[in-house]
Amino acid sequence: MVPTVFGRIQTRLFLLAIVGGALTALITPILPAGGPMAQRYQTTFIVLAAVAVIGVAWEVIYHFIMQWRWEKDWPTVFGLLTLVPEGLVVWALATRRLLPGLPGPVTTAVFVIHFLAVWMLVWMVGNGPMRVPFIRWRFRGGRLW
Amino acid sequence: MTNVTAAGHHRPLPTSSPTLPAGPPALAPALEHSDLERSDVWTDDMVFRAGIPMYDVPFVSVGGGMGSFVAVDYLRVAGGVPASDIRVLSNISRPWQTYEYLTRVSQLPRHRRIRSDSASRPGNLWGFPSYALQEAVQDKTLKPLVQVLLEPVFADFYTPLLGNVLNGMEREAGRIGYWDMLVQGEVRTVRRRAGGGYFTVLVPRLGQGGQGGQGGLAGPIAYRSRDVHVAVGYSGLRFLPELQRFREQMNDYHHVVNGYENHEHVYEALRRRPGTVIVRGSGIVTSAVLDRLIRDRKQYGSQTQIVHVLRNYVAGRHGPHPWSRRKGRDGYAYQGFNYPKSAWGGQLKARMRRREGGDLVQAYNQIEGTTTPWRRHWQRGLHEARRGGWYRAETGTFADLTLDGDMVVGRLQGPDGEQEVRADYVIDCTGLDGDVAEHRVLRDLLEHGGARRNPLGRLDVERSFELRGAGSGVGRLYVTGAASYGGYFPGVDTFLGLQISAQEVTDDIARRGYCRRMGPARSAIEWLRWARGRQI
Repeated sequence: MVPTVFGRIQTRLFLLAIVGGALTALITPILPAGGPMAQRYQTTFIVLAAVAVIGVAWEVIYHFIMQWRWEKDWPTVFGLLTLVPEGLVVWALATRRLLPGLPGPVTTAVFVIHFLAVWMLVWMVGNGPMRVPFIRWRFRGGRLW
Repeated sequence: MTNVTAAGHHRPLPTSSPTLPAGPPALAPALEHSDLERSDVWTDDMVFRAGIPMYDVPFVSVGGGMGSFVAVDYLRVAGGVPASDIRVLSNISRPWQTYEYLTRVSQLPRHRRIRSDSASRPGNLWGFPSYALQEAVQDKTLKPLVQVLLEPVFADFYTPLLGNVLNGMEREAGRIGYWDMLVQGEVRTVRRRAGGGYFTVLVPRLGQGGQGGQGGLAGPIAYRSRDVHVAVGYSGLRFLPELQRFREQMNDYHHVVNGYENHEHVYEALRRRPGTVIVRGSGIVTSAVLDRLIRDRKQYGSQTQIVHVLRNYVAGRHGPHPWSRRKGRDGYAYQGFNYPKSAWGGQLKARMRRREGGDLVQAYNQIEGTTTPWRRHWQRGLHEARRGGWYRAETGTFADLTLDGDMVVGRLQGPDGEQEVRADYVIDCTGLDGDVAEHRVLRDLLEHGGARRNPLGRLDVERSFELRGAGSGVGRLYVTGAASYGGYFPGVDTFLGLQISAQEVTDDIARRGYCRRMGPARSAIEWLRWARGRQI
């Protein structure tokens, strides 16, 4: 990946919304969570939104770190490793019910499965088939518009 | 074929066209001394009166190498332009012919890896599946995928096998009907047409349907087109002045050779008897040549001594400030690919696209310098060679080179003074001749076509790769590849760079209303067609 700061942010928001949203909609019913379905959906989508919104700040931090690289690239494996700090922050906020709009408690098990699933799929799509519909995207630092 | 042209340190690259007429003037006999030669703009009548048959085709690409192939692929797939609307005028028979020749003689046969990214696929607009993914599936191994996961921090950059790249191009060429678009011959000139568009004059290869002329010469024909695309690559080899002087004055093309010409005799001689070879340069060809010398020594036990002469010795990380520091060691500057990776779509591309004039030149200066990739197996070989005492690096340039019996003797001027170096062979790995005035068609564009040079000396092009000053009515002339270096996009002479250029050209033609603009839906559909190998 060779992102620009606006490209990173656009790509993250787009992928989390489309790919993350679709996957979340699909797996929420099968997560090991209790409670009414509507509540479960609210929980998972709030967590998804948190990853997106907090993620904008993370992307700015990554952009800053990237400046120390001569190639100004963001290695593929970094896109995987960053799930750790990002996951920890959102997990901490979710399990302590510090995210606005959370209807009930979030268990670690539910969080980990949901977060990992979305992260891995977004990472794979972004590093692979994303280039198929969007042929200008990779030449514009990740900007979609 | 002459080794040295009148222009000096320049040797034309070989073509596979022994049947072409020898020693032609700038325009074929029918055009010489005519008003056509002198005029910047031609009317249909002028061409008719000169007896040159005209063929109408909306889009002509001059060159027929990698640049033309990629541009035409983009027009066909993304632009939806039918094959009947495109002609590729070329003096080679396959788009990869020159590229394959140059890689082979610079020690990169089909089973070796080129210096190119996994997702830079000429013959596949999307870069998906990447070469790594394809290789993994083909060879049923995870190794390439692990490498692209770990690169470049925990593994060397993955690069594709040359053979896979060329095979993929051949598949795509068949798919887009490239062979139906190809017309072989020598392009003499591209001139503007009164009323809009261009004339491109071609002397066809015999047997290609050109008009018979006197004495078996094919007469010139002219393609009348709305747009012309020019991607003619390098005009020849480049030699350092002292090495060129040696070749000319001694009439010796045996002891001093270029990495980009066939110099197999050097490796054969070194295998047969102990010898010393001077290698000049610090880029990818230097690395490949050194690797060959080192491997040969290990494999055949030849007692080769290598003297590596570098003009600038890069000892460590270098750069003006911490955010602009490139890796360096043992004399080399290390960089994954020909340019910093963000040149192909990241920060650097965005930054240079916005700059003009002096600021743009400054941006080029910040990334300048010959580099080579860091490859662990290369480093191991060099380390062994250094320790064994049969490889040493010297800093400096040669004041002159002379022949003493069968040995080349050079006066090397370095930071510590002068020393004499003796060797059996000298291999100059400093590159190809990028001077645009050395190529007939490009020189003609400068003299008659309205083209100008950019601050780095090559052709001045827009962000869309339109040649500035060369527009003709509704028609546009586009230049991509090496000749366009120095503009808003630095990576022009690379696979991905050619695709980026082709995308700009296609999008510009679409903006002007002469082809389609590919959006997400059609892109996905075209990708499926590519995947299934469907002819388009």
